[in-house]
Amino acid sequence: MKTKFLIIILLMLNIKLSANENIGIDTKIFKNLRCLVCQGQTIAESNSDFAQTIKIVVRDKISRGSNEKEIYEFLSEKYGEWIVYKPKFNYINSFLWISPYIVLILGGYLIFKYFRKRRQ
Amino acid sequence: MKISFLKIISFFLVIFTIVVFFIALSIDKRYSTENIVGKKIDNFKIKFLSHDQIFENKDLSNDKYHLINVWASWCLPCKKEHPILMKLSKDDNLNLIGINFKDKKKNANNFLKNLGNPYNIILSDTDGSSSISFGVFGVPETILINSNQIVIKKFIGPLDTKDYKNILNVIYEN
Repeated sequence: MKTKFLIIILLMLNIKLSANENIGIDTKIFKNLRCLVCQGQTIAESNSDFAQTIKIVVRDKISRGSNEKEIYEFLSEKYGEWIVYKPKFNYINSFLWISPYIVLILGGYLIFKYFRKRRQ
Repeated sequence: MKISFLKIISFFLVIFTIVVFFIALSIDKRYSTENIVGKKIDNFKIKFLSHDQIFENKDLSNDKYHLINVWASWCLPCKKEHPILMKLSKDDNLNLIGINFKDKKKNANNFLKNLGNPYNIILSDTDGSSSISFGVFGVPETILINSNQIVIKKFIGPLDTKDYKNILNVIYEN
């Protein structure tokens, strides 16, 4: 009885995992796209007309074999880079990408210096 | 006067934060048409409104300017711009293409019956997905392309008298 129960649980888990794999890519893309006609919502969260259309286009592109990067490039070309939440790494926004690491290193250095001074 | 290392670091951190904010806040977050203007339109295949045949960009004549207008019968600003489109339809150097956006065929036909049909070609984008290729996110939107299918101008919202003059200027200046 215990074995059967365990098998059923394992099968259910397996089904759940494979279902998650299938919904992965489109949901991931929707979550990284900004709804341009909404107030701070992603395409995944929004039920606006615009969001519904973008969802159709993204799913269509996935079914035609486009990858995530190609979809972002297509939409950025049409609506500007603003449509993608995670901006592309280029020379204009490289400073914004690198800045958290600079702050982290500087902060770490300051903390290190502070503790060393206290110990002395 | 001795300035501590901590103060120098703090000063640079403040400057650094200001610069980061300045760059981040100066990025234009409004939707702009600059990504499309000057580029060739994507290949498209859209169904006609009146029948099931497909219209493609290769079917566009290469001796005229084309004005692609995205409209819907449920859209009030589309009614507002309709007289401008009617005026533009009288120009022989301009080919007017209407893309009926997320609309019912019956309502679209009634709209044109009541207000007049300015279009040379009427296409139907029932789920709105084809209009994404033109960077459309609402109706009405209008795109002026030249005979080489390069986007010359894009108008977001209803066309007005100023836009009408603008379109004619582009056609007759070149």
